[in-house]
Formats: sequence, structure tokens, C-alpha cells
Amino acid sequence: MSADVQDNIAERIDALYRSDSRRIFATLIRLLGDFDIAEEALHDAFRSALEQWPRDGVPANPRAWLVSTGRFKAIDGIRRRARFRPIDDVADAVEAIVDESVRFADDESIEDDRLRLVFTCCHPALSPDAQVALTLREVCGLTTEAIAQAFLTPAPTLAQRIVRAKAKIRDARIPYVVPDAHELPARLDSVLRVVYLVFNEGYSASSGDALTRVDLSAEAIRLGRLIVDMLPDAEAIGLLALMLLHESRRAARSSAEGEIVLLEAQDRAQWNAALIREGNELLSRALASRRFGAYTLQAAIAAAHANAPASEHTNWAQIVALYDVLLRIEPSPIVALNRAVAVAMRDGPQAGLAEIDAIEGRGELAGYHLLHAARADLCRRAGDAHAAKQAYERALALAKQQPERRFLMRRLAELTPKGGPDAAFRHDRRSSSAATPKSRV
Amino acid sequence: MEFLCLICTERAYEELQPHEAARQLDEYVAFMNDIRESGHYVGCNRLLPAANAVTLRVREGKLSTTDGPFAETKEQLGGYFVLEARDLNEAIRIAAKIPGARHGCVEVRPIAERLLDPDALHVTEVPTHTEMR
Repeated sequence: MSADVQDNIAERIDALYRSDSRRIFATLIRLLGDFDIAEEALHDAFRSALEQWPRDGVPANPRAWLVSTGRFKAIDGIRRRARFRPIDDVADAVEAIVDESVRFADDESIEDDRLRLVFTCCHPALSPDAQVALTLREVCGLTTEAIAQAFLTPAPTLAQRIVRAKAKIRDARIPYVVPDAHELPARLDSVLRVVYLVFNEGYSASSGDALTRVDLSAEAIRLGRLIVDMLPDAEAIGLLALMLLHESRRAARSSAEGEIVLLEAQDRAQWNAALIREGNELLSRALASRRFGAYTLQAAIAAAHANAPASEHTNWAQIVALYDVLLRIEPSPIVALNRAVAVAMRDGPQAGLAEIDAIEGRGELAGYHLLHAARADLCRRAGDAHAAKQAYERALALAKQQPERRFLMRRLAELTPKGGPDAAFRHDRRSSSAATPKSRV
Repeated sequence: MEFLCLICTERAYEELQPHEAARQLDEYVAFMNDIRESGHYVGCNRLLPAANAVTLRVREGKLSTTDGPFAETKEQLGGYFVLEARDLNEAIRIAAKIPGARHGCVEVRPIAERLLDPDALHVTEVPTHTEMR
């Protein structure tokens, strides 16, 4: 065989690894009953492909070939290690694998296996941190180092979290199944929450070295698509719509210098029209089902922004109405704060301030920097520079992310009389949008 | 595999009003009949109120005792079930029907394989460190 053809085959295997290795891995877990043995079998199978395909040709169904090769490699491995284990254990282990009589490598069961893997990694018996780490590692195939970097966690801590989660899956017998219909709604919640957490981390972590950080938002969207393809539940569709509508604004959300650009000041021509179109379509599908919930409502709010040709055309009355419904099904102070900002946009800053007073009056969100940032912005618009300054200072004392801090400092500087030492910081884009909590913008 | 379900409630059976106690007893009888029939039942017991508890520890050969349970919380351990279930999902599904789950909470813990045979009282098989991970 010519070197040219061989290179082509190597490239094909490489492409197959990128597109299908996680699917094959998911099936191997089912067949072998163990995450670590499956991981080893996966790599053995691809190694065999690199050796054999250039010589023997590419098999008709490469995916099935890789699954069955991985499975036999694992059985070989267990037999090889047999010398060190009581003979009964080996017989049991091998029998358990070989006895597998169900279809094991057709396309349909492979797709089911991916869903099994998602539900296992997002099992509510695992801590939320572990669910997120395990999903990114096992379903998305990210390296432990990449996940650690994305979450600003030391790699050994994250590695340990993954090892413990895998041990719990084995020891507490968390099964490798898609939940029954009557358990599905509760279990799907936990899966969607993991996807949403991954997306939010990617969405708000606008700082850091973009070259070395994994794009968590893209991974979350990939996961969202996987779930919608296999389980077209209204909220799964709503969550995907929400993520796409937020993602559509990415390019416009920060300036070339990495500074925050608020929604109102964003250049809408930079918004990704294709993502908005897809988000709108998904949103209609979710709304039509009439079984939608909080994610779909948030997507509807995001769509109200995405579909406004200019900031002054935003339909704030509709947005307030959507927040009213959202607040009923998810009565959280964060939702109330977002609603307060929308009320201010509809009825003026005083109305919004009254709502924020009410939230604080209930003793909620006092330590949340965006509450103070929102208050500051409304005071500034109402012409109360003194109160605005105080609120910006409180927000600044609580904010941790660097671009947010710089934004607040610029706003503070703008309140200081002209010619002062802060004048250099003046923001040339005189945006006056309300500071909206980042997870919703 | 066996799972231990620890039932934590604010009030033990003895601390309930008579009509509440009678209703709870009925609920538990119905639940136990169900899981006996389905083959998930292994064992169960009710505990007397936590006021009867004593916690002991031995340090350097010296016994010290304190009154009360080892964790002071509003909720107390009120009883337990041992269930036989295929996997954690099945255990959760059955434990969710324990009447106490509706007002207290239930902790589900897999029971480890026996290292000791209680009848023969000798070590049956000591797992290696890696197997215990």
C-alpha cells in the first residue's frame, strides 16, 4: 500500500477518534461495566486500528469494529492479569463480558449508550461539582488538566474529584441506564442543571487567557444538542435555545480591549444571526409543547432582546411579563432582581429602585455585587449621584472578576466631577443600560 | 446488593400524638407488606427517641460517655430498613416510599460486602488495598 493511502487512513482514524471516540467509550462502559477498563479498551482499540487498517483495509463499519476490538482487548487484559487473581473472579469477570447477548454495536444502541453515560455522570447521588467534572471528562472527553484550568481548580483536586465519583458509581451501584419514564423528569433536571452550570461558567468567565482555556460554552452547547437529539423534552429544547441566544451575543459582549460592553451599548450587527434564528426556532418548539419551564422562559426573555433591532425597541413590557411568570415557577431573589431592572426600563428608575428596596427588605442578596451595581445604575439615571456613588462602592467591594471591577471603577470615575484624577478613565461609550446579572444577559 | 436506609425525623414514634402514631403505624405496616411481597425486604427496626441515646468513645484505653446521639441536630435517627436492591436507582425508588421520607429524610447507604463471617467469626477474605478504593 502506498504511503499516501496509509497517510489517508491515519487521518481517517484521527478524524474518527475526534468524532466518535466518546460514543465508543460509552458503549464500552456498558459492555465492560467499568469506566477505567473502558478507557483502556478504547485506546487499545484505536491502537489496533492504526496497526491493522493500513494493512487489511478499513472495515465496513469502523465504529462496530472499534467497539468489538476494544471489548476483546479488555477480555484479554483480564485474562492476562489472571495470574494475580483468584481464578473464580477471572471466570466471573470474563463471563460477564462475553455473555453479553444484547446487540452491542449497532448505531441505535451506541446512541443510547451516550445517553446512559450522561445520566450516570449527572446522577443526583454525586455532588454537583463531581457531576460537572465527570460529565466534561467522560462525555465531552476533556482532559483533567483542561477542566481544572477552566474552573480555576488545582488539577490534583479535580482529578481526585473524578476518581471519587467513579468509585462511588462502582461502590454505591449507580446503574448505567437511562431512567424510567416516571423518573425521567426529575433526573433530566439534574442533567440540564449540569449543562447550564457548564455554560454559565463559560459565559461569565470572560477573563483569562483565551488560548489555553477550554471553551466551556461550546461544550455545553454540544451537550445540549446531544440531549435534544435523543430526548426532545421541552425544557431541554428551551435550554438549548437559551444557550444559543446568549452565545449569539458573544462577540459584542466585550471590547477589543477585553472590557465589558453592556447589552444596550452592544453593536447588534455583531450578533450572530444564524444562532439567533436557530434559538428562535427552538424556542417556538419548546413553547408549543406547553410543558415548558424556567429554561424556556429565560430563553423567551433572551429572544426578546435578540429580536429587538435596536436597544430602544426592546419590548420591556413583554420582558416584565415573562419575568412575572418565571418568578412564579422559580421564586428566586436573582430572578426578582432581573425583574426589577426590567421594571425600571419599563416604568423608570424609581419603580426599579422600589423593587430593589423590596428585595433588600427581605434580607436577600445583600452580599451580591450585582444588586448594588443595579441600584447604582438606577440612582445614576434618577440623577442621585451621591446614592449612586455609595452603591458603586459597595458593588466594588464585593466584585471579584477583573473586567467587572474595571467597569465599576469607570462608572465611579464618571460620577466624579470633571478634571479630577479619574477623568482619564472616562468611558467614551455613554451606555446607560441597567446592570443586569450576567447569567441572564 | 443490600442498602441501609436510615430514617431521620424530628419526632420519634413515642413523641407523636396518639392519632398521628396510629396513622404512621398503618403506613409502615402497608409499606413493609409491599416490600416483603416484592422481595426487597431484608430487615428493619424502630429506635427509641434520641433522648435515650448514649455516645461512647475509648481513648487511650479510657472509656468516656456522653448523653445523646453523636450529632446534635433537630432531626434524629428514628429507625432503619435494610433493603435488597439491584442498584442504587432501585434502592432510591423503594426508599422514597418509606413513610418517614414524607416528613423527615432518608439516607441511603450501600452496605459493604462482609469481611467477617459472623457465624464462623473468622476473616473470610481480606481485600487488597486497590480493591477497597
